[in-house]
Amino acid sequence: MTTHPTLGEIDRYAAGEPGLDEATVWSIEVHLEGCADCRARLAGGTTAASRTLITEVAAALDREIAAGPTPRARAFFRTPVRQRWFVAVLLPWVVMAAAVLGTAALLTHSLPHLPSIVLLLAPLAPLPGVAAAWSRRTDPAWELIAGTPSAGLTMLLRRTAVVLVLVIPVLAAFGAVGANRANPALMLLPCLAFTAATLLLGSFVGVARAAIGLMVAWAAAVVAPSLATAELPVLLTPAAAGPWALGTVALAALTLLRAGTFRRLTSF
Amino acid sequence: MRTVSTAETAATIHPWAIHAQALRVRAGRHLAVDGLDLSLGTGVHGLLGPNGAGKTTLIRALATVAKPAGGKLTLLGTPVDGRADLRPARRALGYLPQHFGFYPRFTVREFVAYMAWLKEMPKADVPAATQRAIDRVGLAAKADARLKTLSGGMLRRAGIAQAIVNDPQLLLLDEPTVGLDPEQRLDLRELLRDLGTDACVLVSTHLVEDVVAACTDVVLVNEGRLLWQGAPEALGAQGDAGHPGDSPAERGYSALLRRHRAEATR
Repeated sequence: MTTHPTLGEIDRYAAGEPGLDEATVWSIEVHLEGCADCRARLAGGTTAASRTLITEVAAALDREIAAGPTPRARAFFRTPVRQRWFVAVLLPWVVMAAAVLGTAALLTHSLPHLPSIVLLLAPLAPLPGVAAAWSRRTDPAWELIAGTPSAGLTMLLRRTAVVLVLVIPVLAAFGAVGANRANPALMLLPCLAFTAATLLLGSFVGVARAAIGLMVAWAAAVVAPSLATAELPVLLTPAAAGPWALGTVALAALTLLRAGTFRRLTSF
Repeated sequence: MRTVSTAETAATIHPWAIHAQALRVRAGRHLAVDGLDLSLGTGVHGLLGPNGAGKTTLIRALATVAKPAGGKLTLLGTPVDGRADLRPARRALGYLPQHFGFYPRFTVREFVAYMAWLKEMPKADVPAATQRAIDRVGLAAKADARLKTLSGGMLRRAGIAQAIVNDPQLLLLDEPTVGLDPEQRLDLRELLRDLGTDACVLVSTHLVEDVVAACTDVVLVNEGRLLWQGAPEALGAQGDAGHPGDSPAERGYSALLRRHRAEATR
């Protein structure tokens, strides 16, 4: 902080005396910005003419402010624009997942001899959304985003979290209704494990391709045989919950190790 | 009196803003940049070359979007090949891709502010920096219009605004003059000269006259390699009346390319 200017200097500054050189005026002004005491002394030293001027300016400013546009109120829907955009892009995919799960719930209800189709399809529910969240087709600005410092695993995880927040309640709702209600752990854990596997595989071949590959593999290896034999696969029996949890943690840890690859375009 | 920017007074510890040694970058399976050596400092550099010369792939690699397949690449003193941390270089980078993808429902201001946020600018600086970038490209009247309502030239300028919003030390513009009318092109040249006083600006273009008018340095690439580098005046001296072209620089451009092709076939 600069040293306090003398009372004489402040008086001469207030009077706007031309004898005061520029450098002194600057140092007084810089000091006044940070020192309330000196501002008070300056206020005491002002002349009647400058006080009338200040009153006039204040009145004029008040008039201008009253005439100008009112500040916009911060409404509930004025969330940050990026979130609005993202939810708008994801909604069709979530609606599609909900429709598929709803059909599965109806089928499960009308075909009681088959294993729960909701349970069979639960691991795949978030994958279309995850693929859409990190894809060149759904994100027109992918090339711009891929060149920013924010691009990376953190951003992908944030988008994935939004997908899960939208999909899991739908899944839980369809799992809870109906006669043969599914074990929530056996719906949630495979769901999370498949999401982590998509991200891990996506670090090698791209997230969208990984999601499609995993969906096809699960449908061919588990869903089709269990529908054909009308038996619930071993993978979805209550005893499998532990291995699913372990698998989820392991896949998530491996994904963290591959975090660097999400900074480049190859994962898009 | 000229304003002295912080970039000018800060001690630089890197000799070149862009330093590439034997750089190789793939576009799909094709090696579009193959053994390119390039050193660029502060100033406006015009990147010239025929179609398929590897200009866009080179700019993508310099924007840290595409990963180099080989060689060394250092941006602003930070290595950006292999497993290096890209974030310090990316914070000081501005990039306008050839195909500028945007969110149609965003307004210009929202889009530029979103890009500023992605570039990890301090939250308090974003609104002022956004307004300044929009003013500099002359879109202030359209700042609150949605991007889908803008014309091609305005979109291009919105793209330039998002590139310069973080006051980049390294600015990469891939064909910024596409869709601009003659007057806007003059404004863009002025802006480029202004930006080039304290940053490294690399402009890819097909228009030789833009390069001559706005650039301090010309970089000519062909088939993924550096063909020639020098001042715009020196480019004019490369050709004579016998070469095709309507200006000395155009004649010099075609002379260099023909000489290179003649050497390649021999």
